[in-house]
Amino acid sequence: MSEQLYTAKDFKSDQYVRWCPGCGDHALLNSLHKAMAGLGIAPHMTAVISGIGCSSRLPYYMNTYGFHTIHGRAAAIATGVKVANPELTVWQISGDGDGLAIGGNHFIHALRRNVNINIVLLNNRIYGLTKGQYSPTSPRGFVSKSSPYGTVEDPFRPAELAFGARGRFFGRCVDVDAACSIEVLTASAKHKGASVVEVLQNCVIFNDGCHNAVATKEGRAKNAIYLKHGEPMLFGENNEKGLMQEGFGLKVVTLGENGITEKDILVHNAHCEDNTLHMKLALMEGPDFPIALGVIRDVESPSYDECVYAQIEEVRAKKPARTLEDFLLSGDKWEIK
Amino acid sequence: MADELVVKELERVVVRFSGDSGDGMQLAGNIFSNLSAVLGNDISTFPDYPAEIRAPQGTISGVSGFQVHIGAKKVFTSGDKCDVLVAMNPAALKTNAKYLTPQSIIIIDADSFTKKDLEKALFVTDDPFKELGLSQQVIDAPITSMCKESLKESGLDNKAAIRCKNMFALGLVCWLFNRPLDYAMHMLQEKFAKKPTIADANIKVLTDGYNYGHNTHASVSTYIVESKGEKEKGFYTDVNGNLATSYGLVAAAEKAGLQLFLGSYPITPATDILHNLAKFKELGVITVQCEDEISGACSAIGASFAGNLAVTTTSGPGVCLKSEAINLAVIAELPLVIVNVQRGGPSTGMPTKSEQTDLLQAVYGRNGESPLVVIAATSPTNCFDSAYMAAKIALEHMTPVMLLTDGYIANGSAAWKIPSLKDYPEIKPNYVTKEMQEGWKPYVRNTISQVRYWAVPGMEGFMHRVGGLEKDYVTSAISTDPDNHQRMTITRQAKIDYIANCIPDIEIQGDKDADLLVVGWGGTYGHLYSAVEKCHEEGKKVALAHFQYINPLPKNTEEVLKGFKKIVVVEQNLGQFAGLLRMKIPGLDICQLNRVKGQPFNVTRLVEEFTKLMEGM
Ligand SMILES: Cc1ncc(C[n+]2csc(CCOP(=O)(O)OP(=O)(O)O)c2C)c(N)n1
Ligand code: SF4
Repeated sequence: MSEQLYTAKDFKSDQYVRWCPGCGDHALLNSLHKAMAGLGIAPHMTAVISGIGCSSRLPYYMNTYGFHTIHGRAAAIATGVKVANPELTVWQISGDGDGLAIGGNHFIHALRRNVNINIVLLNNRIYGLTKGQYSPTSPRGFVSKSSPYGTVEDPFRPAELAFGARGRFFGRCVDVDAACSIEVLTASAKHKGASVVEVLQNCVIFNDGCHNAVATKEGRAKNAIYLKHGEPMLFGENNEKGLMQEGFGLKVVTLGENGITEKDILVHNAHCEDNTLHMKLALMEGPDFPIALGVIRDVESPSYDECVYAQIEEVRAKKPARTLEDFLLSGDKWEIK
Repeated sequence: MADELVVKELERVVVRFSGDSGDGMQLAGNIFSNLSAVLGNDISTFPDYPAEIRAPQGTISGVSGFQVHIGAKKVFTSGDKCDVLVAMNPAALKTNAKYLTPQSIIIIDADSFTKKDLEKALFVTDDPFKELGLSQQVIDAPITSMCKESLKESGLDNKAAIRCKNMFALGLVCWLFNRPLDYAMHMLQEKFAKKPTIADANIKVLTDGYNYGHNTHASVSTYIVESKGEKEKGFYTDVNGNLATSYGLVAAAEKAGLQLFLGSYPITPATDILHNLAKFKELGVITVQCEDEISGACSAIGASFAGNLAVTTTSGPGVCLKSEAINLAVIAELPLVIVNVQRGGPSTGMPTKSEQTDLLQAVYGRNGESPLVVIAATSPTNCFDSAYMAAKIALEHMTPVMLLTDGYIANGSAAWKIPSLKDYPEIKPNYVTKEMQEGWKPYVRNTISQVRYWAVPGMEGFMHRVGGLEKDYVTSAISTDPDNHQRMTITRQAKIDYIANCIPDIEIQGDKDADLLVVGWGGTYGHLYSAVEKCHEEGKKVALAHFQYINPLPKNTEEVLKGFKKIVVVEQNLGQFAGLLRMKIPGLDICQLNRVKGQPFNVTRLVEEFTKLMEGM
């Protein structure tokens, strides 16, 4: 293995990290430092853009270029950064409120345009910074400070929204699960185009245990499936279970029962253009189904920023003007002598 | 009959083309003003069109107008009243009757003055002229039928043929003003380059219109407007304000050696800037048509952070949406140009009409103490210089700059000498230098100008974080320390105040010892200048101070204003600039003249008002 150019330390700033002890953001931050080190992209070529929220404080803890902006607008600002200078690797950090409530419009349009940015969506299913109101990902009936009798609205499922907006990369990880987080974050950065990583993040203060089923190693062994491109969809403590197709849906089966062997199990194809199966996988929920982790969808296509510059080159090949004066003097004009 | 021809030589003349929205009046007006400019006249135009794309045909609400003022010498406004009115239908006649003088000539399409047409325009009798009390000379040409006749053998169907009737009217006007048709033909060929049959048809109708005038109406006076102005030598083109703004931004990017980035969302009357800049791919201009105005401003701020010359363009309702983002640029101290092409408000208001009602929004319309630079362009061609200066100040002083134009100057056009960029001042952003690297912090400032140094992502050794939270003056870390906040607030204000040293002093036009000082700002310059000139000609002592720089104000503002006994601030709002001046310069005794009709000022009426004010002294 070739030597790594950077270490996680190169990406850490000297700022004291102010999240509550035990907040899932800490773990994700560490994984992000490691993923960045592994990518081998210099800190000065990396820009981290966030909105507002607990999670959006993250850029201050990075020794990269960083911009902590305004609530909901990180995707729009990250779009500007990337299009202005495509050489930069651009990360967007948003909470579920920041990214999907006030910033929902920018989120879907960044995906639709396919701007080459890596969106990290820290989903704690609550508004942390404003002290515990329900968010657009809180489940129906959720009791919070702003919903003392429970909410009477359905939540967004981030994957559904992302796929609806034609998202071409979707990955999911659990905050404390470093190995999977690093793997998914790295893949999202390598993906050309807009990518979304949904981080199942715990808020110890206002929504503790919101991702309990997958919060521990044991829990994940039981209740999650790690998807890997090209590998069969097996899960369970001893990989004894698997996923098979049934009609238009999926079903959980146990190897050895009813004569089922490994070759009956679906093989994950993250690169499949059609997102139907990716959607099914991303929307699986307990207790009947495992929660999908890993890279669920990863389909390449030209990115917006790339196309913007390609179009400029195309026009330049046909039109000679390079300065405003050239342009004006070659257009409609008359002379006063 | 030719010997009956009366040719009048005129200093200046105003022609108003009006008709239904679908009648092509904007094109006819445009061609006429351009070919006048090419002949050396000065021009100033005013397109006046309805907000509806296609209001019911023949109705008052569907009337579209294009007024052009051409002059042997310089003209400063698009004119109050018209010498020639083209009215393609009764609704156009009715709407525009108020712009006629007793000497005006009216050209109508006789074919569209039938009983039905009159009813659509809500006339109650069958004599619209009598009903409106008009007794001017009328050329009632059967324009529609002659247009059809003219194209009988062209192969065009009836509908397509009738669409050329604006060219018949244009031909008639060209005859009236002794304008050779060559340049008009050239423009038509360019415009319809991809549709040669349409180009030919238009040219045929244009020529027939001209000949019709020549053959049948030789007894009407025709006019010559000679070119007499001492125009500077050089190449000229015609620009409207939006085009000049676009060019000014491109020029500034070129001069600063930066990529130009526009983030925008369509809105009348600002959209054309997006259209214009989207065409400039060969100059490397990037335009992103965003999902909304918030994103327009935000993507521009991202681009600015990444080191581009970043611009966002909009009109009043869009500025409302952008204000939170603009404030981010204020506190993050990033360069950003916001162009507000003002229109009638509040809310959706009058999208196609012009006002100056966003002044205080520009200066103060954000939360917190949030100073930024406000510049107001004074004429269509001045949009170039104003946009250039807006970009220069933004880049050199690390601040958002709001450039105010308005619907009137944005759509009005004038002849413009193609500038040479070497005559424009350098643009030198306040970049960090390699030597600063040791211990550098993002909010370290130039001690005189208070401008922070710009480290653009991608530079090694200058990684840093900025954002919307208050920062420590020294360490640039997040801070809520009370004294620090006071210090930062004062510093941000001082940074903007310092810019007064980098802009020209306000100049007085007219008598230094005038009895009345007229004060204006932005797009009303032409009208105020003309009115003051007229007063002067009448022997009255009036002076003009017209402001292009609003925030900060030019350094000598107080001294100048205090030198006059009587001041009147004239603006198209209810007194926003007057209020600002009263606040900034205590003790000023000023009167106000305010109009919010969505229409340009009327020079004659301004002269009357000024006279009255002086009489009251
Ligand atoms: C324009 C605006 N509206 C509201 C707020 C208040 N606000 C700050 S963060 C936030 C929600 C935070 O929730 P989320 O994005 O999920 O992030 P978390 O704090 O949970 O990480 C809200 C409503 C704001 N800062 N700006
Ligand atoms: S409130 Fe919740 S989300 Fe915010 S820092 Fe604390 S634990 Fe984390």
